[in-house]
Amino acid sequence: MSNSDLRPGLSVLDRPNSYIGKTVPRPNLERLTQGRGEYVSDMALPRMAHVVYLRSPYAHAKILGIDATEAKKMPGVIAVVTGAELAKVISPWVGVLSHLKGLKSAPQHAIAVDRACWQGEAVAAIVATSRALAEDAAERVIVDYEELVPVTNMRTALDPETPVIHDVLGDNLAFERNLDAGAVDQAFANSDEVVEAEFVFGRHTGVTLEPRAVLADWNPGNERLTIYLGTQAPHMVQNIAAKHLELDEAQVRVVCKDVGGSFGIKVHIYADEMATCALSKLLRRPIKFVADRIESFNTDIHARDHVCKGRIGVSKDGTINAFEIDDLTGIGPYSMYPRTSAIEANQVVNLVGGPYTTPNYRARARVVFQNKNVTCQYRAVGHPIACSVTEGLVDLAARRIGMDPVEIRRRNLIRDDAYPCGSPSGLRFEALSHHASLDKLMSMMNYDALRAEQAELRKRGIYRGIGIASFIEVTNPSAAFYGVGGARISSQDGVAVRLDATGRVICQTSLTEQGQGSESLTAQIVGSVLGVSMERVRVILGDTDNTPYGGGTWASRGAGIGGEAALQAAKVLRKNILDVAAAILQSKPEALDIVDNSVVDVEGGQQRIELNELARIVYFRPDTLPPGFQPELMATRHYVPREYAFAFTNGVQASWLEVDVQSGFVKLLKHWVVEDCGTVINPQLVDEQIRGGVVQGLGAALYEHCIYDERGQLTNANMADYLVPMAGEMPDIAVGHVISPTLESELGAKGAGEAGTAGAAAVVTNGVNDALSPFGVEITEIPLTPRVILTALGRI
Amino acid sequence: MTTPVAISLTVNGERVDAHVLPRLNLADFLREQLNLTGTHVGCEHGVCGACTIRVNGDIIRSCLLLAVQAENATVETIEGLSDSGEIADLQAAFRERNALQCGYCTPGMLMAAQDILVQDLDADREQIREHLSGNYCRCTGYHAIIDAVEATAKARKALRR
Repeated sequence: MSNSDLRPGLSVLDRPNSYIGKTVPRPNLERLTQGRGEYVSDMALPRMAHVVYLRSPYAHAKILGIDATEAKKMPGVIAVVTGAELAKVISPWVGVLSHLKGLKSAPQHAIAVDRACWQGEAVAAIVATSRALAEDAAERVIVDYEELVPVTNMRTALDPETPVIHDVLGDNLAFERNLDAGAVDQAFANSDEVVEAEFVFGRHTGVTLEPRAVLADWNPGNERLTIYLGTQAPHMVQNIAAKHLELDEAQVRVVCKDVGGSFGIKVHIYADEMATCALSKLLRRPIKFVADRIESFNTDIHARDHVCKGRIGVSKDGTINAFEIDDLTGIGPYSMYPRTSAIEANQVVNLVGGPYTTPNYRARARVVFQNKNVTCQYRAVGHPIACSVTEGLVDLAARRIGMDPVEIRRRNLIRDDAYPCGSPSGLRFEALSHHASLDKLMSMMNYDALRAEQAELRKRGIYRGIGIASFIEVTNPSAAFYGVGGARISSQDGVAVRLDATGRVICQTSLTEQGQGSESLTAQIVGSVLGVSMERVRVILGDTDNTPYGGGTWASRGAGIGGEAALQAAKVLRKNILDVAAAILQSKPEALDIVDNSVVDVEGGQQRIELNELARIVYFRPDTLPPGFQPELMATRHYVPREYAFAFTNGVQASWLEVDVQSGFVKLLKHWVVEDCGTVINPQLVDEQIRGGVVQGLGAALYEHCIYDERGQLTNANMADYLVPMAGEMPDIAVGHVISPTLESELGAKGAGEAGTAGAAAVVTNGVNDALSPFGVEITEIPLTPRVILTALGRI
Repeated sequence: MTTPVAISLTVNGERVDAHVLPRLNLADFLREQLNLTGTHVGCEHGVCGACTIRVNGDIIRSCLLLAVQAENATVETIEGLSDSGEIADLQAAFRERNALQCGYCTPGMLMAAQDILVQDLDADREQIREHLSGNYCRCTGYHAIIDAVEATAKARKALRR
């Protein structure tokens, strides 16, 4: 029985002319296709100056002195500001959360004071009338460095002979978590086969097409700071900026217009962005910072960088008896503020083995400091690691016992009728659909035919492989993510809806829009509940002065949390409108409905009054309404899930690929995804979230890698050397759905943003190993570059 | 290097006279001096394609061309192509297919897409992918973009018959 069978009666989602579940174009696309977007990098304000950050060329160095005498004489230069000077305006921060017990970090300054801890950390700010003039002047700033020994190898970061990056912390261990559930040793002892492997995940980064950009405008006239920033969490930025600039939160406004890509990269507090805000306050004028691409590579958060040892115990009949992992991850010199850099490792511990039934699971995760750029949350936090380790081990086990990879999954995936249930790591699953999803995937890809084709081609020396990976996905996070750890990152979202004087609907939401479709889903939900056509609904977002307080758009929470708030707010407004209509029409609210922008009789559906006429009466002729009746054409509601800390979703992916054993190149031929995100609001938007996510995961699987040398120098900080997926190498991606709505909300939506990225690397790795199985090769490292493949094949 | 040079060119059908530093690239000239911010800058070294515009009928990377090199040139940006209606059908196809998410790559992507549509309405998916392989999109995974371009090609071909 699926969840949809459990939903009692008709809900607001079942109203006539509902937009829920329909593909309608996003309202903002006309503007964006005409090149009329408003990205921060496009903005200019009167008296605006530009800042360039001089960045440390060393991974670890003492700053003995900075001489800006010549730089200050250069044309157009307004100021050259050092870390020590800026520290008078902005206080340092420490990226820890109390619920991640033992997590430690050191105070981080907006601009380095005394010591630079990674190549690319800002050591001085040069402010000038143009970016070019600021760059000219930056070349004249003389910094006297004393190079220190950098800590670059995470495998030796905890060795006694390795220098400690922050003396005050005592060692380079930022965080450790241990978990031991069930009877692991016994389960391994009782297994017919125990398979081990070490999985290696390269560092990669978001490469948002628009680099990070901020325009900070401190207006001494009204003592307010307006921060124009492409962020995913405006209220979080408001709080942090106020806190560290010693302002009242009400003195800070964060405006987020169009954002040229985010993917978690733009949900953090970056030192250079905070420095730009501080410079605006210091210099009493608008200051703009736009990272160039080299700065993006050196300072946008990096992600992954794990070495994870994994072990699986299986019986000959395919029963998985136990999982064990030992994960090590390097996070740079600081835990990122305020979300911290320990969340990913924590997530890996949570998610490994998640789709499977075994209660026996042991895990250790250690998070260590390094003199490299900071790492933090990026799309599908921890998911690709957990999925690749779990699904890699399951495939290895299947091969060892001679079982088809699909069959071993069928025998061990949690049954679809077993919910609600818990996982060994303490997760609570409301309703997942692993088996229904796998069945659907099998039929979409025609698995048996592909296997036959594979065997046929192999005889001709063509090595094709099929990779399969099931996964669970964390979405709709509640306060358990950050709030309980003391961070002022709101887990709830709010929506205010109002009917204006011409019968149009205005929605203000705390969600932001970075292309996922927040505007569209809000308009679709509100339009459906109110009975108003979408053309009449306008959505306002991304402005702390003009939207309800809320979390924003991250961790796949837009539809599930912000969408439910929109639904509840619209329900209240609907009731208010019907109360007014009943007063005007001398009817009863329950006898009336709203359909196609008009109040109608429930019985017979006869049109009674258009909403614009109703609004006219309310706003301009309230004297005609009954005495004492006060119409209220605005309503606000907030929402956060309370029963389940997270909405877990699930899915399964498959890859069909070909490995050229001469060159080591992998050609992706086709990709399939089946995903269950509960109620689908706009099928096209969900599919495109998944496709985009898949390609991000494919980038990590095959190309993307931040390569550091032993001195901590990032050697490929440009788009020519750091490869990203382009159209020519990417396959078509088929997407299918199983729908199990969450019963916790009326909308029933879970998130869909992480699913694609979660499983893509795992299926490619499994597919490559499947293709290379005649050679007895087992690769557990990404990116799967030709060098990695040819090395494994013994050809180089 | 620091003496501005006078240039004259046509941008979106309008004559433009300006003084520019020899080191100024055409993308920055369009964005900062003419306020035509539809042309985007992503990598500034010719890889990402966000700054793709049309100069004398050919698509180029405006971050790799200096403004002084555009002397006497005919420059067309996304603003010009939008206002003339030349790519209205392609823009509609992008909209209907959700072939963009953040929209930052979109002006450059539309320029490159229009280029192949002008050259070859028979291009198959692989050829379209190949033609667009110099334009980076982090959001869509490209599939929807290929769909939108393919649909436009088919529609234009049908109109010709």
